[in-house]
Amino acid sequence: MENLEKKIIVNDLDFYYGDFQALENISLEVPVNKVTAFIGPSGCGKSTFLRTLNRMNDLIAGTKVDGEVLIDSENIYHECVDVVNLRKRIGMVFQDPNPFPKSIYENVAYGPKAHGIKDKDKLDQIVEKSLRQAALWDEVKDRLDKSAMGISGGQQQRLCIARALSVNPDVLLMDEPTSALDPIATAKIEDLIEDLKKEYTIVIVTHSMQQAARISDYTAFFLMGDLIEHSLTQNIFEKPENKKTEDYITGRFG
Amino acid sequence: MENTDIVKENKWLKYKEKGIEGFFFLNGILAVFILLGIFFLLIREGYPTFKEVSIVEFLTSTRWNPTSYSQSGYGIVSMVVSTLAVTIGSLLFSVPVGIAAAAYLAEIAGRKEREILKPVIEILASIPSVVIGFLGIVLVGPAIARFFNISNGLNVINGSILLGIMAIPTIVSISEDAISSVPDKYKQASLALGTNRWHTLIKVTIPAALSGITAAVMLGMGRAIGETMAVLMATGNATAFPKGIFTSIRTLTATIAIELGEVPYNTTHYHSLFAIGAVLFMMTFLVNLVSDIVLHKYGEGE
Ligand SMILES: Nc1ncnc2c1ncn2[C@@H]1O[C@H](COP(=O)(O)OP(=O)(O)OP(=O)(O)O)[C@@H](O)[C@H]1O
Ligand SMILES: [Mg+2]
Repeated sequence: MENLEKKIIVNDLDFYYGDFQALENISLEVPVNKVTAFIGPSGCGKSTFLRTLNRMNDLIAGTKVDGEVLIDSENIYHECVDVVNLRKRIGMVFQDPNPFPKSIYENVAYGPKAHGIKDKDKLDQIVEKSLRQAALWDEVKDRLDKSAMGISGGQQQRLCIARALSVNPDVLLMDEPTSALDPIATAKIEDLIEDLKKEYTIVIVTHSMQQAARISDYTAFFLMGDLIEHSLTQNIFEKPENKKTEDYITGRFG
Repeated sequence: MENTDIVKENKWLKYKEKGIEGFFFLNGILAVFILLGIFFLLIREGYPTFKEVSIVEFLTSTRWNPTSYSQSGYGIVSMVVSTLAVTIGSLLFSVPVGIAAAAYLAEIAGRKEREILKPVIEILASIPSVVIGFLGIVLVGPAIARFFNISNGLNVINGSILLGIMAIPTIVSISEDAISSVPDKYKQASLALGTNRWHTLIKVTIPAALSGITAAVMLGMGRAIGETMAVLMATGNATAFPKGIFTSIRTLTATIAIELGEVPYNTTHYHSLFAIGAVLFMMTFLVNLVSDIVLHKYGEGE
């Protein structure tokens, strides 16, 4: 990993919900245009850590961060950083598909419009491109004006991916994006992630070790707020260095 | 011996069950009967008006003067337009103010502020309309007269302001419920796209709460149309056609309230007041119907 360009560098990160310390002294590097997976048992802090990367935790009252998160060598917790701008660059896909109760078109056009694009042709282009990238275009191109609530869960999740891509981020954070989906929809999203990494740096939280093994280049294993091991996915699954990692991936706990 | 006892008991229980069911059913349809009863009463008592007055005159003439000796007039147009004018006028300011207040309470205010403000707004809803009307006569009316430099402040705009004040608590309270029940996940999705909280509020949260907000506005509107005392006191009591926001007027409700006490029983004048009641009934019914349709239409999106 040493000779790869780093998109995200986390140094000595601590995170607190009030008095409760959810992350302890995390240091980790995310290489550009690769898929990095976070695995670990429930409650170990994967989602919390993911949300520190686009500062979504700021929305939760009483939280505190120590340490630094460098994205393109810039500390996103520096006081001069504009969080709104940061989140344009770091897209996020949530565990539950959460399209807006608007039309399919409006869901994808929402971000670009918010960032000042008014030209209808330009918006049409962005919508089509984003939906194509999310492998959803063919399925919805004839009903763009229909409510996004009326498509299947798997389609909704791909719509959410399209929506995240519409603002042209560099990084895509995904928190268990397939946990609410059936195997077919899951396979579609996994294929999609494979394609997307050519253009984006992807960080994905997953509960499925098979999924991590299938789609990620690097894997980080978390346990109770600690980063236990972070390495090439192949290494993590075939010759883990840490005993705890081995126990987890062989299913001895968690 | 014991066996028959159980059987009896069972039968008794069954009757009881049926009885309780029937009781709730009766209560349920009671409201329907009362509603129909009122409507039929209004129709029955209002109908005889049209033995003497043509329905066309009633619905199209602007002259309301039932007690004139020479030529009595039974046109309700002025009053219908007056009612609509104060209602629309009241919504013009109570809707933006109410929604903004609701958004503030639901999305921006801290817990402390909310705990103080909500009860205050609810108290505002419980002020008797006479008191509001009084306020219109001694405070708002004179203020309007001074501000616009006119002789009489008891007019359309005064009535609109008072009705608006009365509609605001309803609008705030119901809109606030609607806005706070918008799932957090929509807001998170919006913020994660790099939009600020105002944009999220206006483009995502409020539209997602639109059905509830519509219901709130319709209820506020229903209250404004039906409100009597405050508008009676505050709009100048003149059966003229409203030519502008400074005209003194009289609404449908105010006409019934003022004239019903003095009208001789079973005269055309008497019946015509019931006919006005029926018109009012249909207007509020229409508002409710439209809001229902709107709610269903937007409800589908969910
Ligand atoms: N909003 C919050 N307030 C307080 N504590 C929280 C909050 N969110 C999470 N936690 C706590 O922080 C710890 C880490 O939670 P987190 O959601 O990051 O775990 P996770 O690894 O994503 O788990 P899962 O796999 O179940 O999603 C847990 O102990 C959790 O209870
Ligand atoms: Mg999680």
